[in-house]
Amino acid sequence: MTDYLTFEHDVLVIGAGGAGLRAAIEASAAGVSVGLICKSLLGKAHTVMAEGGMAAAMGNVDDRDNWKVHFSDTMRGGQYVNNWRMAELHAKEAPDRVRELEAWGAVFDRTKDGKILQRNFGGHRYPRLAHVGDRTGLELIRTLQDHGVHQGIDVHMEVTVISLLKDGDRVVGVFAYEREHGRFRVFKAKAVILATGGVGRAYKITSNSWEGTGDGHALAYHAGAELIDMEFIQFHPTGMVWPPSVRGILVTEGVRGEGGILKNSEGKRFMFDDIPDNYKDQTAKDPEEGWRYTQGDKTANRPPELLTRDHVARCINREVKAGRGSPHGGVFLDIAWIKEKLPNAAEHIKRKLPSMYHQFIQLANLDITTTPMEVGPTTHYIMGGIRVDADTQASTLPGLYAAGECASGINGANRLGGNSLSDLIVFGKRAGEYAAQFAKENGHGSIDAAQIESEAKRALEPFDREGGENPFVIQNNLQDVMQKLVGIVRLEDEMKEALDGLAKLNERVSRSSVTGNIDFNPGWHTALDLRNLLTVSEAITRSAIERKESRGGQFREDYPDKDPAFAKFNVAVREVDGLMQISHEPIPEMPAELKAVIEEMG
Amino acid sequence: MASATFTIRRGGREGGEMVDYRTEVSEGMVVLDAVHQIQAESAPDLACRWNCKAGKCGSCSAEINGKPKLMCMTRLDTIDVTKPVTIEPMRAFPPIKDLISDISWNYEVKKRIKKFKPRPPDAADGTWRMQQSDIDRVQEFRKCIECYLCQDVCHVLRDHVKHEEFIGPRFLVYSAALEMHPLDTEDRVDELKDEFGIGYCNITKCCTKVCPEHITITDNAIIPLKERVVDEHYDPLKKLVKLFRRK
Repeated sequence: MTDYLTFEHDVLVIGAGGAGLRAAIEASAAGVSVGLICKSLLGKAHTVMAEGGMAAAMGNVDDRDNWKVHFSDTMRGGQYVNNWRMAELHAKEAPDRVRELEAWGAVFDRTKDGKILQRNFGGHRYPRLAHVGDRTGLELIRTLQDHGVHQGIDVHMEVTVISLLKDGDRVVGVFAYEREHGRFRVFKAKAVILATGGVGRAYKITSNSWEGTGDGHALAYHAGAELIDMEFIQFHPTGMVWPPSVRGILVTEGVRGEGGILKNSEGKRFMFDDIPDNYKDQTAKDPEEGWRYTQGDKTANRPPELLTRDHVARCINREVKAGRGSPHGGVFLDIAWIKEKLPNAAEHIKRKLPSMYHQFIQLANLDITTTPMEVGPTTHYIMGGIRVDADTQASTLPGLYAAGECASGINGANRLGGNSLSDLIVFGKRAGEYAAQFAKENGHGSIDAAQIESEAKRALEPFDREGGENPFVIQNNLQDVMQKLVGIVRLEDEMKEALDGLAKLNERVSRSSVTGNIDFNPGWHTALDLRNLLTVSEAITRSAIERKESRGGQFREDYPDKDPAFAKFNVAVREVDGLMQISHEPIPEMPAELKAVIEEMG
Repeated sequence: MASATFTIRRGGREGGEMVDYRTEVSEGMVVLDAVHQIQAESAPDLACRWNCKAGKCGSCSAEINGKPKLMCMTRLDTIDVTKPVTIEPMRAFPPIKDLISDISWNYEVKKRIKKFKPRPPDAADGTWRMQQSDIDRVQEFRKCIECYLCQDVCHVLRDHVKHEEFIGPRFLVYSAALEMHPLDTEDRVDELKDEFGIGYCNITKCCTKVCPEHITITDNAIIPLKERVVDEHYDPLKKLVKLFRRK
């Protein structure tokens, strides 16, 4: 018999980033008991890394902005395979969610008339991102954390979930371990909210921390829930490329929002060479117009550096492949040039982009106020995830909800920068609200002792095996496979090779072993995370093979064009008898009033 | 490529020993990279906390050659790697395992500080108006990534173990951010004096020196709070006024 402690909550939230914290606050405010599981310590979740801001059409800087423009920008950026209802709710509710943060103590940068300041970002027609310098994610997480601790939420830190527990179809709790002593925990809950973030650790070059191993995606999948859009991965165009140890760390889009430009080794500003048709009439005609846009000129269009992330990443990739890259395989991002335009440019840059300035000085010995940065694409975000109902965030399993990056729908084929932080608070709130409602309407389910026994046995297996492979080595090899074969540019043959590779890695995981005891043992933790990484990697690869076209975050060299037939559905995966089954989930017809909004906005 | 020796604390709550590991070092590496490399090569059970690897989350705090630092922001070319580099957990808190210390006390302290209480909204849409110049100082404090290096270096906690009586620099900065927030209406001055032990701070400024976010903890947060305490409790004129008010 496995030894474990049992905890009971009405609503259990897994993940304590922006979405999880916001969900926990909302559920708690609804009067139910709430447990919050953090994989790390509270306040350290990946949300702290978000830099640029949160998109909300408040119209503080440009009064032409409103939810309709935000909605149509989001749909255009997602290439119209988004869940239009989520995009609508998000655009309508984001301003209230941002203002609410201010009431909870957040201190956003201000306009001259004392309102929340908003900045330009890729794919947003007007200045829309509420921000705090370039550390907006920290402000968000700290505000929610400090508000949440006074609400009586039970926080379980450094606990990792191994599997969801089910009573029939319904999710009724989770099986987990705490890191310090590796002891097992059972959490009974009337409703469970997954808010576990992304999958970046499946790739070698990523902006994600060790936590981004697709836990929520994999937990939901193995419990029988449906995942959609898994082929859509966002490669952020600007990650650091040098020195090697910092490869992949994010360089905020805010650098380009403040006037930063991209140049190749020939000194050419290459982004003007390739502007997609559907953005032609929204893009600056020349560098001068682009500069005026970044400085708030309402008559100017955005510079091409602020096109959507999928496009900018591909353009950088093309320059590097054509031999016009920087010495370490990226391109140049230059903000220092604005000294030609502004007095005190160095001070201005330090004030607007303080953490970028420090990041480069400290990690790369480079002063961004005088020298261009070397940047290249880095795995940043997955648009795909758990399929949810737009209004309630309920998954396809009763009692299971999802919010934030691990849920899917709002972003379609490509997410606009700034739409993630607002997604977290809009849908985190909704998930908390509806999970609390479900918890009020349903009692606790019963926990299956047999399921716990088999999960505990599986979790401890790496200790029973001796002389097996080190899990860190397997994780490294997995990242090589995905980086090389299912990256920015994809080919059917390569992806099939990746599937073979993943199958072999799966074999190796089943033979891996860990040394040392069970107390805070990162080797063991990695061995358990590997199962999730392999699951999401397979889902990404199979979905990418299935979508035989190029759209947003998916670029197929063998199918380089968009195919209208693929605009009609999302690719879905589900576990059936232990195997991954692919299906097409038709996208419902958009209601006439939303169609009219899109037409009106051009 | 050159290699270097890292002398790392191994062991649990009860005690530990310093163990030598040798690993290759290359251009641009930080201490956290070396720890990860050692994990992957020879000690997969070596425990350390980390998340962002970019100085933004404050998880990988440790003492490198005896100095409180973030492992992810300490480049190897800023320290002498021809000699063994020691890496130990923060000492102001109990050790858990290897490089990890038990910092749960900090979470408990924060709960005791009264929460943000804004004045009623200024505008009809439920929002407030604030000038950038009025929030610059508060934004400086809110840069804090809660790495607790300031707590670690503070002699009141580290050497005198006054955890029961003194909340430490981090939470004085947190209190200052609330007290100086233009919208906040709460008063925390009495607790700062009586429960939170602000008087223990004798402004040696060690906290300011170790802050990876370069927050001027002592000058901008602690000293102004001390002044508020003095104004409130030791100003003879105010004392007199207070005396009458109480009646």
